[in-house]
Amino acid sequence: MRGLISFLRQCVSTPLNIAISLAICLWLGLNLAELTRWAIIDAVWSGASPQACAGVDAACWLFIKERFGQILYGTYPREELWRVVLCGIAGLGLLVVFSLPWRRGKLLAVLATLIVFPVFAGIMLRGGIFGLTVVPTTRWGGMLLTVVIAAWTIATTLPLGLAVALARRSKLPVVAAFAACYIDLMRGLPLVGILFIAIVLFPLFVPPGMDIDALVRTLIAFALFNAANMAEVIRGGIQAVPRGQYEAAMALGLRHWQAMALTIIPQAVRAAMPGIVNVSVAIIKETTIVLIAGMFDFLGVLHSGLIDPAWIIGDQVRETAYFFAGVVFFVVCFGLSRYSARIERKLDVGRQ
Amino acid sequence: MKPPPPPSLLTRMRLTEPHSFLVQVGLIAAVAIFVAFIVANLSANLERLNIAVGFGFLQRTAGFDIAQSLIPYPPSATYLRAFLAAFANTVLLAVVSISAATVLGLFIALARMSTNPLLSLVALGYIEAVRNIPLLLQLFFWYFSVLGPLPLPRQSFDLFGLVFLNKRGLSLPAPVAGPGFSVFLFVAAAALLAAWFLFRRARLNRIRSGRSSIALLATAIACIAVPLLHVLLGSPVSWEIPELRGLNLAGGVVVIPEFVAMAIGMTVYGSAFIAELIRGGVMTVGKGQTEAGMALGLSRARIYSKIIIPQVFRAIVPPLTGQYITLLKNSSLAAAIGYPDLMLIVAGTTLNQTGQPVEVMAIAMASYLLLNVLISLGGNVVNKRMQLVER
Repeated sequence: MRGLISFLRQCVSTPLNIAISLAICLWLGLNLAELTRWAIIDAVWSGASPQACAGVDAACWLFIKERFGQILYGTYPREELWRVVLCGIAGLGLLVVFSLPWRRGKLLAVLATLIVFPVFAGIMLRGGIFGLTVVPTTRWGGMLLTVVIAAWTIATTLPLGLAVALARRSKLPVVAAFAACYIDLMRGLPLVGILFIAIVLFPLFVPPGMDIDALVRTLIAFALFNAANMAEVIRGGIQAVPRGQYEAAMALGLRHWQAMALTIIPQAVRAAMPGIVNVSVAIIKETTIVLIAGMFDFLGVLHSGLIDPAWIIGDQVRETAYFFAGVVFFVVCFGLSRYSARIERKLDVGRQ
Repeated sequence: MKPPPPPSLLTRMRLTEPHSFLVQVGLIAAVAIFVAFIVANLSANLERLNIAVGFGFLQRTAGFDIAQSLIPYPPSATYLRAFLAAFANTVLLAVVSISAATVLGLFIALARMSTNPLLSLVALGYIEAVRNIPLLLQLFFWYFSVLGPLPLPRQSFDLFGLVFLNKRGLSLPAPVAGPGFSVFLFVAAAALLAAWFLFRRARLNRIRSGRSSIALLATAIACIAVPLLHVLLGSPVSWEIPELRGLNLAGGVVVIPEFVAMAIGMTVYGSAFIAELIRGGVMTVGKGQTEAGMALGLSRARIYSKIIIPQVFRAIVPPLTGQYITLLKNSSLAAAIGYPDLMLIVAGTTLNQTGQPVEVMAIAMASYLLLNVLISLGGNVVNKRMQLVER
């Protein structure tokens, strides 16, 4: 309450501030009113056909409703959807279990899950064994594809980035030089270019006759590209750990790798947490680029749905699709950074 | 006492210890085997698929058109010329959006640090909204939702009858060289040189005597202002203003809508990140600095220009360079909305037509690396000049 009062008092502290505050209030009020009208009051929520939206100058939520299945799964066969749902429930369940406050063996459990879960999800989604019908990756799409790429990339870049960061900091000049070259090269190239290489050149790099799935190539490109960014962030974290920590670990009789694994890396990862979250948010936003490589992720399905002749009835459909995509990305990315900021504050309090 | 001899190369490379030797030589061998494996596969595949090798295609006629080119691009242009045109387009887009994003980012940062909490909140909302929505989606929005529904040339939006915006793009007044232009250029260059000397002289004078010499500064400014006014008033350069002829606008420079959408999208996206960098830089300058300046009796303007801003600059130049590189790399998303940049023309059209992916991708990637190196070199030079000179 007191905060609110001092906030309002600050808004009117000088004549100039009064003028600015008034102008902003007016501008915000008008825009919020228009947004409410566009997105809620005048919006079309249901209807028999796309024609229900024709001529209405407001959001066409009917478009999202009609395409919701595609937005979630792309063209994944409807009769096999239970497999996607099962993976989703398993993934969410694991996330919930790991965010509960328990400690014993949690690290091991997390590591085991990081290896077991992708295998499980890969088998479930693609099929081909245990009597599951094969669903080629070209039929994966929508939110499913976005989540697969984002989750895979974040999960692989953490260990890869850590390895590259340690190599970059290595006392062995050859190792450090290779790591530095890798980081500079990957950070100097645009992701679109790396993706092009994965799509066009990669098949020429493998022995003749070896055919690697386009999605797998994309996943490799994402992992290699982002590992360099992650490595730089983690390197910053390692540098933030005082030298004395390593020396203390040595004095306690730990070996080099024990000191690294038990003393330096945990503190480095904690120090690098804001950067790690930033890279993760960037990865989630980057997944949209697969559209250029001809895959239809969450944004791709929405965007390509706009050229459906049945839905060419005015700009409001396009605006609705972009608005919806923007809100979803904002909620996920902003939510992630807020959540991590809260965790950080909690950790900080614990240390004091 | 003699200094110890410098360590030999073997010691410095840590090849004398058995463990380090094994690890490092093993790593080199592994990388060499990996590269050899890829090269062997590549040559086998190229032969098997009958793909031509070499850069000879650069001299062949490209046969496709480029919607916007800064260099002459006739129908008979070669692939090399197409590459140069695309390279120039990428550089143009990067330069325009990096400069605009920096200026806009500065204003957003000022709004964020305003004493008016409401204004600060609005700036925060802008920053968070822009940073948490994918750039590709923002580009789609600017290109398809904002520029797409623009009117035809007949109903263009115009600004003072000089600048026109419509479906076909942005029409700007174009400078046309009149008679005596080369003489003018010569004189203007001489005037600029004179202005530089006068500024230097004025600065040296001030350092020596502690007083600024108004006369010198005024002459210097006049040396710049007179040629500038001359150009703006239309001589010997005249301005060709776009005008409606029939169904279309004629004259002036037309900027294609793809460029406009890319430039706006990248400017907005970059400005949010740059605003946060600038704010972070200002935060690093302690309050004591301002107080010390006040204790010395300096005016507010002096405190900012001589104490705060130089320190902010020093703190933000390295991250700002990184942000510029990111923006340059982001310009490759132009392929998604069809702006003819390096990615679209080289990695797209040229690759499809020549069918030589290795050479074409090598050219495209080397170009991006080159531009990145240029930006970081520039950043390093500025950074060096900004560094504290310590005793």
